[in-house]
Amino acid sequence: MSTVIEEPREETEIASEEETTELVGLLAEFEDIDAIMNAARGVRSAGFVRWDVYSPFPIHGIDAVMGIKPTILPWLVLGGGLSGLIGGLTLQWYVNAYDYQFMISGKPYWSLPANIPVIFECTVLLSALTAVFGMLMLNRLPMHYNPLFKSERFRRATDDRFFIAIDAQDAKFDEHDTAALLQSLGATAVETVED
Amino acid sequence: MSTVSSIFSSVGEIDNTTDDARQRAPLVLRGRGFSSITNSVSAIAERPTTLGWKIAFMFSLSLLGMLGACIGYLVTTGVGVWGNNQPVSWGFPIVNFVFWVGIGHAGTLISAILFLFRQNWRTGINRFAEAMTIFAVVCAGMFPGIHVGRAWLAYWLFPLPNQMTMWPQFRSPLLWDVFAVGTYATVSTLFWYVGMIPDLATLRDRSKSKIGQFAYGMFALGWNGSCRHWHRFERMYLLLAALATPLVLSVHSVVSFDFATSQLPGWHTTIFPPYFVAGAVYGGFAMVLNLAIPARKYFGLEDIITLRHIENCCKVMLATGMIVAYAYTLEFWTAWFGGNHFERFAFMNRAFGPYAWSFWVMVFCNVVAPQFLWVKKFRTNLLIVFIVAAFANIGMWFERFEIIITSLTRDFLPSSWYPFKPTPIDLMMLAGSFGLFFTLFLLFCRFLPVVAMAEVKSVMPQAHAHGNGEHGDHHKSDFQPDEHHRPGPGVEPSLTPA
Repeated sequence: MSTVIEEPREETEIASEEETTELVGLLAEFEDIDAIMNAARGVRSAGFVRWDVYSPFPIHGIDAVMGIKPTILPWLVLGGGLSGLIGGLTLQWYVNAYDYQFMISGKPYWSLPANIPVIFECTVLLSALTAVFGMLMLNRLPMHYNPLFKSERFRRATDDRFFIAIDAQDAKFDEHDTAALLQSLGATAVETVED
Repeated sequence: MSTVSSIFSSVGEIDNTTDDARQRAPLVLRGRGFSSITNSVSAIAERPTTLGWKIAFMFSLSLLGMLGACIGYLVTTGVGVWGNNQPVSWGFPIVNFVFWVGIGHAGTLISAILFLFRQNWRTGINRFAEAMTIFAVVCAGMFPGIHVGRAWLAYWLFPLPNQMTMWPQFRSPLLWDVFAVGTYATVSTLFWYVGMIPDLATLRDRSKSKIGQFAYGMFALGWNGSCRHWHRFERMYLLLAALATPLVLSVHSVVSFDFATSQLPGWHTTIFPPYFVAGAVYGGFAMVLNLAIPARKYFGLEDIITLRHIENCCKVMLATGMIVAYAYTLEFWTAWFGGNHFERFAFMNRAFGPYAWSFWVMVFCNVVAPQFLWVKKFRTNLLIVFIVAAFANIGMWFERFEIIITSLTRDFLPSSWYPFKPTPIDLMMLAGSFGLFFTLFLLFCRFLPVVAMAEVKSVMPQAHAHGNGEHGDHHKSDFQPDEHHRPGPGVEPSLTPA
């Protein structure tokens, strides 16, 4: 359950023993790009580490503002591509030049020019698979359960609104001070995220 | 009929095709905001099924049923149900295969090559062009699968260990084709699906029904729009684009090797790879236009798929069409200049032999028809563009017919010549493949986001920091040529937190 922070927090009294919830963090909503960029700078300079910005589309320039390090994905893709290259080469050598030799049209059993198209295709195939599944793995997707999804407001993160969520586990986190900081950065709404 | 004519009417169209050197033309019209994009695209998947869709779907489904029946008849009877013979052992199935693979080029070209070239207008059309690609490749892949004769042994195409300890033969271009088309189908599907994840998340978050939330939620993989996720996502997208760019050029090159590495006059030519690729892009963009022009009106997407998009596609068609025309000319010149008797005969036979009608249909559709696109008035007239694109599709089919059938019917020895005549099954399968294509395409239009919402939003002026006063302009009803460069009314946002 999530509540707006200004309201008196009554849930703890009402909630039954089974539904004890734990504070996961604070979620703040922003209206446009300038507001979210500005707020992201503020959150970062306030020293938070465990926080994130959520947006309906990739925001250009937010990586530098948030201090996101370049992903290692290109290196994984290079690895995938090289595996495809070696795999495609080895496959063709094994099946045509080693395991099942047969003469056709007087062509040599082992002929690199004839093998290049398939090597190329294998390289691209494994690179592409690595790019997609590597991205999902690094992003820890699929992850269908997320406490943020309990927020009705957060549904607009895939539509037209921008959000900052600060994790309660962050060393600098304080439910009231952090909420005040987010308000001062121009949040149109701040709410708690519980799990 | 009024609905049909309204597809091509210019009423309500905003002409954004004029260029102003001071700024980029807007990609989204009527000053729309982010939520307006979300609403108009999601509404297509969310609204109740319309009568028009049902009628179109029933029609496509019956064509698909006919295809299924034809395949059943083929498998139970044998390849004699086709008009294939000796020497024309490739016949309609391979003509259709090459035709559909060609159609399948525009989608990945738009998503990959135009992405690398920073052509932001691609965002309006890339999603459904990619879908079109995948469905065209499905149609294409089906034909070699049944053309092998004993379709239940089609798995012999793949290097799978088997009880005969037999392996495929990698020195054959036909096997390169298996890898090229297989890789292309896989990579195109990945590109399409992974690009759709953020939009599936949008549909998940908007969905009111349990089924919708579950189904979209499952395929959205829990996407939440995190900027750390977006960072890796964008990097992945760039890498996929860079990988798909040589891939899309390689696919039709490899398909052309099937012909070019043979000894047959009319096939044995080195110009085939670039010529096939240009033809594929030409035919693919024609299909994009044939689908986009009705779809944008029917789904009310005129502000997202604008006249400028249509005009740009026309320019690509014109450029690739001219390359194709050049290739046709050069083939004839080489046949004459090369001095090879058989080669000369093959080309004279194309233009004046028993199948000359197919050659002249092709020349009219692929060389004459696109010349209309030089004129801007025609490029922005939806009816003319639609007709030219339809001609291009017909012309590209006849190009493959002419290359395959005419060359095979008359090769070296007149004693081995034999004419080709398609059977009704041939024609029904061709029509049925359109049923398969349109059934898949209609399902896609009904249930999935037809426009890449997240990508369109990211190229809108509001998506850039220090936006120049675009915020709150959603009410604006018309586009002003200099509106993106007007200084905003608000104060510059402070760089430091208050």
